[in-house]
Order: sequence, then structure tokens, then C-alpha cells
Amino acid sequence: MVLQQIINGLTIGAVYALIATGYTMVYGIIELINFAHGEIYMMGAFVAMTFFRLWGMPLWAAAPAGILAAVMLGVTLEYVAYRPLRRSPRLVALISAIGASLFLQNLAMKIWGARRQPFLDPNRPLEFFQIKHHVSLPVLGEATFSNMQITILVTAAVIAILLNLIIKRTKVGKAMRATAQDQVAARLMGVNVNRTITATFAIGSAMGAVAGILVGMNYNQVWPMMGYMAGLKAFTAAVLGGIGNIPGAFVGGLILGMAEGFAGAYISSLWMDAIAFAVLIIVLIYRPSGILGEQIPKRT
Amino acid sequence: MVKTNENGAFFKLDDVSVSYGQIEALKGVTVEVGEGEIVSLIGANGAGKSTTLMTISGILKPKKGKKYFDGEDVTDASADGIVGRGIVQVPEGRRIFPRMSVQENLEMGAFRRHKADTGTLDHVFELFPILKERRGQKGGTLSGGEQQMLAIARSLMAEPRLLLLDEPSLGLAPKIVEDIFATINRINSEGITVFLVEQNAAMALDVSHRGYVMETGKVVLQDTSANLLENEEVQKAYLGG
Repeated sequence: MVLQQIINGLTIGAVYALIATGYTMVYGIIELINFAHGEIYMMGAFVAMTFFRLWGMPLWAAAPAGILAAVMLGVTLEYVAYRPLRRSPRLVALISAIGASLFLQNLAMKIWGARRQPFLDPNRPLEFFQIKHHVSLPVLGEATFSNMQITILVTAAVIAILLNLIIKRTKVGKAMRATAQDQVAARLMGVNVNRTITATFAIGSAMGAVAGILVGMNYNQVWPMMGYMAGLKAFTAAVLGGIGNIPGAFVGGLILGMAEGFAGAYISSLWMDAIAFAVLIIVLIYRPSGILGEQIPKRT
Repeated sequence: MVKTNENGAFFKLDDVSVSYGQIEALKGVTVEVGEGEIVSLIGANGAGKSTTLMTISGILKPKKGKKYFDGEDVTDASADGIVGRGIVQVPEGRRIFPRMSVQENLEMGAFRRHKADTGTLDHVFELFPILKERRGQKGGTLSGGEQQMLAIARSLMAEPRLLLLDEPSLGLAPKIVEDIFATINRINSEGITVFLVEQNAAMALDVSHRGYVMETGKVVLQDTSANLLENEEVQKAYLGG
């Protein structure tokens, strides 16, 4: 029973982690909570579903199509909704983000309808992902998990490693870190800050779309409001880990997923969301900078 | 003293005005720097010295006037384009990247260069041996003097042709200030042109060939540094004489 909750919690936590990274990277660079990020996740899932189920393309083509669409959407969003407001008070950009979020939810309803619909094609079942495994361990008990759950965990792990390499080793990653630490100094080093912000949105959106596609496949459904709650939870995870801190987003996502898994099993599944937001409130009260967040005040 | 090419000075700000909203911070500033020179810009706090450097670096855009570098009009060049042309700034307050190691800070200095050659890094470590010792340490943990050395070292990684220094002596102990100025002299003797902004007028005029005096967004005086040091008004206003 415990093992089952750990596995379930890690799976949902990995999804939160993927989405939370998009929030935290954008916040780290332009100090904006991109409230439309949940909708990028939703749009990625919808576009992949459209290519896969509606147009009958193979998954290996549909998934990248969804990711690419999300990247283009995220980059456009920054260009249209946030860049013109970069010198405005932060609240103005935040309102623009909420507006963009509502716009994208309604756009999805206009294109695909408001109802929940399946991601998978019944005529082309992806049998590999349905295969279930059973394990039994002393103390931790028994658990059942599917290849889909393994896929989610492995994908999140691979992306975490790739992202770490990008941030640490590549030119764009160094530009992102420098811009996050001191934007003027980064410009004085010759970093093109606009291009760096675009790259940040692109990477965050790609990760959001991956999460959306994995969730769509796992629960076999997509719907226009799917990004709303997932986005709020991932935002909670980002704050929990320390907003602006990328490893923190992963830690926060996994902790939140586990907390939800255990709350669902031992308290009530009705309380899962309440537990998640209670975690957010407790963190904001006792450790507003998050688990891995910087304690030192930002330079002005 | 000013070496010029066919298009005029090596670097020139020509009648440049800059505003922050309604406030005019620079009012028609003209400054020339010849190749190989050390030129200082002195003046009180708020006179517009940092604004001048930020305008040269392309962080601030002039409302009026032109910028020329090496015979080219660079008025509309972007900040990264300015760095790419070899005009590199060591900003006021050093602004090193606090959560990057010393080594990573130096690599950021070489950001615009396609491949960081180890020769430049070796040279920088030779100028500042302490940075080699601290290369793995986070920038934010260095002392003020070490941070200033890192900020200068980082700018040298870009292989500048014109180095802009904003208040390198700020907040440092006198002994360290002397070291920093000796380093500036050495950098200049290696062929890098230096434009130095300082409140510490005595040190700045001591090290530079020529100087400009700035008051409330205007250049009010310009001369050789030797003459400025003798100038009564300068002595009264900036040298505590």
C-alpha cells in the first residue's frame, strides 16, 4: 500500500515537476508568473491528440508536433503579451498573463469543444503502455504500475538531465543563468537578453507540452480546462521548491505529488487538492523562499 | 595627444543627450577618446557619469547625438553589438554574477567570442593570481577587492579595444585602490584604451592622460590631466584643496 502511493505520487509529481520548471525558469529571468503556462501544457496535449487520434498520424510524429506547437505558442505569447509590458509594473504583466490564459482556454473550446475527449485511438491501442507490472516488497507492501507510469518517470528524469546539461554547458544556458542573476551585467557581457528570454519560453513550453502529452496518454483524456488545475499545482510545486530555482521545481513537484498521493490514499481523494494548496499556504507562511530558494535578499 | 584616424577620434560621443522620462540626464555631451589613451571623466555623484558609460555601452539609447567607434557610426548598435565591436564595460558596483564561480564569471566575459582561447585566461590569471586560487569559488563569496579584480578580469576576457571602467575604487581600501590603478596602467600599456569614470578625482587624474569634468549632465571642463590637477576650480571642487 505504501509502495503503491509512492509510485503514484512520484508519477504525478514528475508531471508537476515538468510543468513547474516552465514557471520557475520564466520567473527566474523576468520575474513574471506566466499564468498562461498551464494553457501551453493543455495546447501541447490537444495538438498532439489532433495529430494522433483525429488525423491518424503515428505517435512519434504527433508528440513532436504537439511540442513544436507549444514552443511556437509560448514564444508568440511572450512576444505579444509580455514583451511590450516589460517596462510596466509587474502587476500589469501578470494581468496580461491571466488574460492570455483565459484566451487560450476559450480558443481551445472554440477549436475542439468544451467536453473531455479521449487522447488514444481505440483502433490503434498503444498496448505497450498498458502493460502492468506487479511488485511486492517487504515493509512497503505491494504495488501495481504500468509501462505508462514508467515512461512518465523516465521521460522526466531524462529531461531533468538534459536541462541540467543545457543550463550548465551550453551558451544559451549560461546566458539564461547570467540574465537571471543580473540582467544589466549580462547585457554588458554581450548577451542578447531578448533572445535569451525567447529561448527560456521555448524550453519551458516544450517541457509543458511533454507533460501534457504524457498526462493525455496516461488518463486518456484531454479537455480545455486541463491546464487550469495542473498549472496551479505546478505553480505550487515551483513555490514549494523555491521559485526561480530549477532543481527546486523538481523537488517541489515530487514532494507535492507524494503529498497528494498519500493524502488521497489515507485521508480522502476529495481532499487531495485541498492538501496541495494547504502545502502552498504553509510554505508561504514559514518559508516563503521555498525549500531550495535563496535566503539572501536580491540585489537591487 | 589624441590619435585620430581619417574619420576622427578612435571613440567619440558627439553632442549626446539622454533622458530618463522627463529628466534629462545628459545634455549634449561630447567626449573623445584617442587610441591608446587613458581618459578620465570626473564629477560629483549624479553628474551623469554612469549614464554616459551606459549610453556608450548601448544599455541606454541617446535621444539626440551620435556615437562613433573606430570610424563607424555605432549610435544604433545594440548592447551586444557594442561588446562585439570591442567596447567593454566594468560597471559600477562590479555586478559580478554572484551564483556563478569565478571561472564561470570569466567565461561569461568571453561570451561574445566564438571560442574562448586559453591564452586570454592564462593572461588574466597572471594579472590576478588570486582569481586563479579562487576559480572554483562562487563570485558572491569574494571580498570587495577580489570582486573588483574579477569584474576587470571578466571584461578582459572579451579582449576589449576600449575598456570602460565605472568607479573601480568605490568602497575599497586605499591599498587595494592602488593595486587596481596599477593594474589599469598595466592594461593600458598592453594596448587597451581606457575610459575611466571616477569620483576619486586625484587617483583618476593621476593615472590618466586627459580628463573631462562633468556637472549636472554637461561637460564643463576638459584638459590634460596634469593641467586639471593644477586647475584651481578642480582642486576646490574635487581634490579637497
